[in-house]
Amino acid sequence: MKLIIAAIKPFKLEEVREALTAIGVRGMMVTEIKGFGSQSGHTEIYRGAEYAVNFVPKVKLEIVVPAAMADQVVETISSTAKTGKIGDGKIFVLDVGQAVRVRTGETGEDAI
Amino acid sequence: MKLKNLLPIAAAVAVMPSLGLAQEAEVPAAVPTDVVWILNSVLFLVGGFLVMWMGAGFAMLEAGLVRSKNVTMQLTKNVALFSLAAIFYYLIGYNLMYPLGTWSIDGVLSGIWGPGVLEAVGVSADAVDDYAYAATGSDFFFQLMFCAATASIVSGTLAERIKLWPFLIFTIILTSIIYPLQASWKWGGGFLDEMGFLDFAGSTVVHSVGGWAALTGAIILGPRLGKYGKDGKVNAFPGSNLTLATLGAFILWLGWFGFNGGSQLAMGSIGDVADVSRIFSNTNTAAAGGAIAALIMTQLLYKKVDLTMVLNGALAGLVSITAEPLTPTLGEATIIGAVGGIIVVFAVPFLDKLKIDDVVGAIPVHLIAGIWGTIAVVFTNPDASLMTQIYSIVVVGIFVSVASAIVWFILKAVMGIRVPEEDEITGLDVAELGMEAYPEFSKG
Repeated sequence: MKLIIAAIKPFKLEEVREALTAIGVRGMMVTEIKGFGSQSGHTEIYRGAEYAVNFVPKVKLEIVVPAAMADQVVETISSTAKTGKIGDGKIFVLDVGQAVRVRTGETGEDAI
Repeated sequence: MKLKNLLPIAAAVAVMPSLGLAQEAEVPAAVPTDVVWILNSVLFLVGGFLVMWMGAGFAMLEAGLVRSKNVTMQLTKNVALFSLAAIFYYLIGYNLMYPLGTWSIDGVLSGIWGPGVLEAVGVSADAVDDYAYAATGSDFFFQLMFCAATASIVSGTLAERIKLWPFLIFTIILTSIIYPLQASWKWGGGFLDEMGFLDFAGSTVVHSVGGWAALTGAIILGPRLGKYGKDGKVNAFPGSNLTLATLGAFILWLGWFGFNGGSQLAMGSIGDVADVSRIFSNTNTAAAGGAIAALIMTQLLYKKVDLTMVLNGALAGLVSITAEPLTPTLGEATIIGAVGGIIVVFAVPFLDKLKIDDVVGAIPVHLIAGIWGTIAVVFTNPDASLMTQIYSIVVVGIFVSVASAIVWFILKAVMGIRVPEEDEITGLDVAELGMEAYPEFSKG
C-alpha cells in the first residue's frame, strides 16, 4: 500500500476528486493548508503598510491506495491539477505499514 | 441652535440668495405658525433617527476593520457608548450645551445644570417652549445623536487594546462634559459663535472633537503589540470583514443626510426646504468625491486600490463638507470632499510613521479632514473669516486634547487603560468577554 500526499491549488480540488473517483479511488482525506515552495510568498499593501504573505493557501490530499495503483493515481493528480503556472503543488509517495477499517476490523488492502 | 441662535442663521440665510443656485427669489423670513413648528420638528426627528443609525455605521465599520478576535468587544463598546451617551447627554450634557443665554461664565460655561426636561404631554401651541422653533423633544433627540457620534469616533482608533470599563468611563466624561461644553461655545451661542465662527453641522464641533479625544487616547494608550517593528517597519493587521466595513461606510453615508440636512434647523419655508435639498446633494457628492479621490490615489501610490482607504475617503469627504454643506455648488462640494479623500490617503501612513496606531483611520477622517472642512468654509461662504475659523479649531483642539489627556491619565493611574499583553494576544473577545463573534471560524 502507498500513501500519496498531494498539495494542490484549492480551486483544482473538485476536478481532482472527480478524476480520482473515475479511476477507482474510494476515499481521500482533505485538509486546507498554507505553505510555500518555489512559488514562495509575495507582498501586499494594506492601508499604506506593506506586508508579506509568506504562506500561500493550498489543499492537501492524503490518499492510501494499493501499491499497484499508486502510479496511476499520481499521474491522474498531476495531470488534473496542472495549470502550468508556478504554484501547482507537489506530490509525495510513501509506503504504508498497515491499514485498518474501524467498523469491521478488516486490515491491509481490504481496509482501503 | 435654539431660538437665540436661529436668528443669526436666519439672517445668514437671508443674505444667501446671491450665492445659492437654487434660490432666485428672496427667501421670506418664516413667520411662526403651527405648520412651521411641526415641520421643523419633523426635520429634527427624521434627521435624528438618521444620525442615530450612524451608530450602526460606526459599529459595522469598526467590526470589519478589527481582527476577528476583537470583533465582539468592538460591537460591545459601540452599543454601550451609544447608550451611555444617551443617558449622560440627558443628565448633564443637554443643558450644559444650551444655556439659552443663562451663563455661569459668559459665553464659556452654561448656567443651567441638571437633566434635560421635555415639554408636557399633549402640549398646546401657546405652552410650547419655543413656538418659533421646534418641539424640545425633537431638538433633544437630534442633538443627542451628535453627541453619541462624537463618542463613536473614539472607539475605532483605540480598538483592540483598550480595556472596556476605562473606555466607557471616558465616554461618560466625553458625552456629559467635554463635548457639550465646547459645543456650547458655538451652538449654544457662546464666545466662538459671537466671534463669527462658522461650523454648520460640526466638522470641528463634532468630528474634530472625537478626533482630538481619539488622538490623545492613542498616544497615551500606545500602539497595538507588534504594530511597529524595531527598524521602523509598519506591520499591517488586515481587517476581519470588509463586507461589514463597506456596509458601515454606506450606513454612515446615509446617516450623514440627517447630520447635515437636519442642521439646517428649519423646514418651514420654501427657502429652508430648498436649502435642505442643497445640503443633501452637496453632502452626497462630497462623499463621492472623497471616495473617488482615494480610489485614484491608492491606485497611483500602491498600484492596487485599497478598499479600506476608499471607505475612509468617502467618510473624509463627508466630514469635509460638514462645516459648510449649504453654500458650495455641487462642483465645489465634490472638490472639497475629494481633498478630504486625498488627505486620508496621506495621513494614514503618516500617523503610522509617528507610531500613532489608529485602527480604523478615525484621526485622518474625523480630525484632519474635519480641520480641512472647517477651513474650507471660507472658500464658499463670504461670511467666514479664515482667522476666526483657525482660532476656533485651535481653541477647541487645545481644550479637548488637554481635557481628554487629563481623563486618560487619571484612568491610567487609577485602573489602567490597557489590557494585559497576554489578553491582547489572545484577543479581547475571549480575554475580556469570554465570547467570540465568529466561534465557528478558524483563527485568523
